[in-house]
Amino acid sequence: MLHFSRYKITGIMLVILLGILFSLPNFLSQETRRQLPTFVPSNALNLGLDLRGGSHLLLEVDTQSVTKERLDNLVSDIRIELSGKSIKYRGLGVSGNAVEVTIIDTDKRDEAIQAINALSQSLLAGVFGGSSNDDQLQIDKVGDNHIRVSFTEAAILARNLKTIQQSIEIIRRRVDELGTTEPVIQRQGDSRVLVQVPGLDDPQRLKALLGQTAKLNFHLVDPNVSAFEVLNGTRQPVGTQILYTDTEPATPYLIQRRVMVSGERLVDANMGFDPASGSPEVDFRFDAVGGKRFGDVTKENVGRPFAIVLDGKVISAPVIQTAILGGSGRITGRFSVQEANDLAILLRAGALPAPMRILEERTVGPGLGADSIAAGEKALMIGFAAVIIFMVLSYSTFGLFANIALIINLILIMGVLSALQATLTLPGIAGIVLTVGMAVDANVLIFERIKEELKEGRPAIIATDMGYSKALGTIMDANITTLLAAIILFQLGSGPIRGFSVTLAVGIVTSVFTAVVVTRLFVALWLRRRPRDVELPL
Amino acid sequence: MKTIKLIPDNTSIRFMRIRVIAFTFSGLLILASIVSLLGQGLNFGIDFMGGTLIEAAQEDEIDISALRSRLNNLGVAQVQIQEFGTSNDVLIRISGQKNAVNAEENLSTVAAIREEIEGDFEIRRVEIVGPQVSGELIQAGLLAVSLAVISMLIYIWFRFEWQFSLGSVIALVHDVVLTLGIFSFLQIEFNISILAAILTIVGYSMNDTVVVYDRVREKLRKYKKMELTELLDLAINKTLSRTVMTSVTTLIALFSLYIFGGEVIRGFTFAMIFGIVVGTYSSIFVAAPILNIFGVKRDWSGLDKD
Repeated sequence: MLHFSRYKITGIMLVILLGILFSLPNFLSQETRRQLPTFVPSNALNLGLDLRGGSHLLLEVDTQSVTKERLDNLVSDIRIELSGKSIKYRGLGVSGNAVEVTIIDTDKRDEAIQAINALSQSLLAGVFGGSSNDDQLQIDKVGDNHIRVSFTEAAILARNLKTIQQSIEIIRRRVDELGTTEPVIQRQGDSRVLVQVPGLDDPQRLKALLGQTAKLNFHLVDPNVSAFEVLNGTRQPVGTQILYTDTEPATPYLIQRRVMVSGERLVDANMGFDPASGSPEVDFRFDAVGGKRFGDVTKENVGRPFAIVLDGKVISAPVIQTAILGGSGRITGRFSVQEANDLAILLRAGALPAPMRILEERTVGPGLGADSIAAGEKALMIGFAAVIIFMVLSYSTFGLFANIALIINLILIMGVLSALQATLTLPGIAGIVLTVGMAVDANVLIFERIKEELKEGRPAIIATDMGYSKALGTIMDANITTLLAAIILFQLGSGPIRGFSVTLAVGIVTSVFTAVVVTRLFVALWLRRRPRDVELPL
Repeated sequence: MKTIKLIPDNTSIRFMRIRVIAFTFSGLLILASIVSLLGQGLNFGIDFMGGTLIEAAQEDEIDISALRSRLNNLGVAQVQIQEFGTSNDVLIRISGQKNAVNAEENLSTVAAIREEIEGDFEIRRVEIVGPQVSGELIQAGLLAVSLAVISMLIYIWFRFEWQFSLGSVIALVHDVVLTLGIFSFLQIEFNISILAAILTIVGYSMNDTVVVYDRVREKLRKYKKMELTELLDLAINKTLSRTVMTSVTTLIALFSLYIFGGEVIRGFTFAMIFGIVVGTYSSIFVAAPILNIFGVKRDWSGLDKD
């Protein structure tokens, strides 16, 4: 095991050189790194939020609400379809995860099913050009004259996926508006989104931005009956609903359900100031279709109040003075500058397809992060120095070899982590410190084995050779078990734990390499110049 | 150069002779651990219980009771304040509402506390974990530990014999239970990083046990007639120097972390230190003697040499 071909030596040197090359950017300033030519690795270690400070939010997208909304829409589609075909029905409504309807005339059931099926087809061919299957309906007959309509499992899954993807896109746009550097926005599991914003130590505003769906719609206020009359017992006209303002006390408005212009048609929104009063407002602009529609609606309804509704709350309901034809308008309300600014951001970024809930928040201030880095570095240095001294005291020259291997090991870990762009967290530093302790284990195993072989009376070179070959099996067994633990940690862990498992796993691989290959090379080179029965400095 | 030796050459300590004492000792400790775990349980942190944690610091010494009354005036119920590392640093903990669906309820509480103390404290860290997430973390944690143990059981079975596999897993469970026991007994906060520590202990303990077992197997092949207890003693003695050396170097690194690594990972390093000590003990006094109880196959001649 002590023979190294020239190719092998070159290979080992190459690995070490690569390690140095990839770990080098960590010792350079950001300035210098930027000036490096592109073929040189310039990625430094990613510091986790616990080290650099920042906010971590775990959000859950309420995909259920999307399914529910779609079922509600399905009910009205079926109503129109059946009425159009003059099929009499009763009991049409959502029940659980399906729409149920009873056809009064049993003979007409198949016709009804056909009509609903056609609905499925037209939905399919609709917006997504037929390529999407997220509107596929499953139609079941129940009893003699009952029909159950539901979305297929595949349709729900496909739509959920789309909802998450859209949500992530919208979240990204909103977070980008905060102007922070390198936010991380990742999907996690089926319905979750992880948002990490480095450097943000008070996530209040981020949460305010993410907590709103920001669905903006323009509705007409019912001209005949007022909300107060309905609240006092007057019959509520068909197709209206009562919505409140977000103010204290809340003012009710009787709003026509029909959306006159939807916020999806907005192309731009900015904070501005009302020229008359000087108070903050939001100026917006529609696209061509929205602008035309807005113009038509305002032209036909001059003198009537027009409600601006955001997430089911009335922001304001100004009376239309004249037709607004230019495709742009403004929202005035009782905004502060920040509120107007945030509303503009939300409108620009677009509405979330589903509401979101915050499941978890972790925020680390910059002070703690810096302290943690300093403490981690100090612990690493001191631990490292102590282990090095101890190894030399225990194994003299061979201990020195092990120490050089240990330094190479640290460089390799840093290089691999930088190249992988893995995130270094505080537990990750602990993982490295632990690796320092455990990395020498392989060398200890080998050295102890060599000592044993020497005691059996074997000459140095043979004892060394046997020490390496006999210890190898043990080293592999021992490290594979630890590697198993690290992999499981990675699979099941999250955040900082993952960081720890990555450094641990990388450390195990590099430490076996440095201990088994690198020190063996040193020892072989050392032995090459010495007589066969030299006394080993162990 | 003269080298230091922690363990003298050619030891022949009769470890197996005190196996009954060792088993009794381990058994009592495990019993005590289980009693403590069942009795007062673990002091779960917010990772597993849900709730809110705020770390706040100040230049001057913090008057905890004054801070407490300030927070009570805010109407924040069940607030727990304790010193964190130094008297300039406190942890404010608000336990999770059992029936809260998400973290949002806690968000407004945090906003209120932040507003109240931001003027004269540095808010170093805020963690809010909703009950849904914390429940999943418990599940994932249990799953992780079980999976780790099972995969090692299979690996060792595959590489050795079933007696070795069972012996190493018993040693492993011994280490994990004792570590959980000390956390329960001292009521040290048990959070997600302690779980990571326990999984690392699982890896380390296995590592240690495998080294001893490897030597046992080697000696089994070499000395076909030797009394098993004698053979086990021989294997332990042969690996003793390595066992101690590796534990010492790892402990040196860990103590450095424990002393200098900061308050945030102190619990983690404590778990590791304890686990390494217990793991080293168990590979000698639990894993090896168990082979004596189960007995091992003595004819290894048919197997290839690996």
